[in-house]
Amino acid sequence: MADFDQELDASGLNCPLPILRAKKTLNSMDAGQVLHVIATDPGSVKDFDAFSKQTGNELMESKEDGGKFYFMIKKA
Amino acid sequence: MDEKKLAIIATKGSLDWAYPPFILASTAAALGYESQIFFTFYGLQLLKKKLDLQVTPLGNPGMPMPMGMDKWFPVLGMTLPGMQGMMTGMMKKKMKDKGVASIEDLRDLCQEADVKLIACQMTVDLFDMDSSEFIDGIEYAGAAAFFEFAGESDICLYI
Repeated sequence: MADFDQELDASGLNCPLPILRAKKTLNSMDAGQVLHVIATDPGSVKDFDAFSKQTGNELMESKEDGGKFYFMIKKA
Repeated sequence: MDEKKLAIIATKGSLDWAYPPFILASTAAALGYESQIFFTFYGLQLLKKKLDLQVTPLGNPGMPMPMGMDKWFPVLGMTLPGMQGMMTGMMKKKMKDKGVASIEDLRDLCQEADVKLIACQMTVDLFDMDSSEFIDGIEYAGAAAFFEFAGESDICLYI
């Protein structure tokens, strides 16, 4: 069971909302803290990868389970 | 790392074409870009306080139509009174069902993320529009002001 500091459920939201909500949530967090995002948009897999590369926030984990997508993002 | 810059010119005032500028600018802002949208001609409709954006099947053969309507009533059927309103209503419902943000929401997100929204002063005058019709927090400027930002931008889009 992985640890995280905050969780964001972006289920049902479509591009670009999961990214925008994640960014907003990360803004309120401290460096080194981990955000867990749940999404149903299949496009979010590539988007969170690209978000991580461009913002420097580390994508620690990206996985799919039962039609949902789960991401662990560590704030830079 | 220097902040990247995104400059967009938004020229269209329909519901479907309202999405690209606001989606791209809000996403760019989330990625750390300094972003600016310059609204000119029909794009000014996107800055109105009360949005009344429509989508039209007219002159738009790429628009998916329900029940094969485009086959049964090609072109002329699309000119029937109420057709545009109906298509707009259906499009809005579909967007809501699929979790696509409203234009109002995306515009708010842009403003929250400090995307600079600029109305083309010349078009505002041309169409006898008044600044009271537009949302707060926007600026008014001309072509030279756009180039001041666009000339230093990493990405520049005309939509």
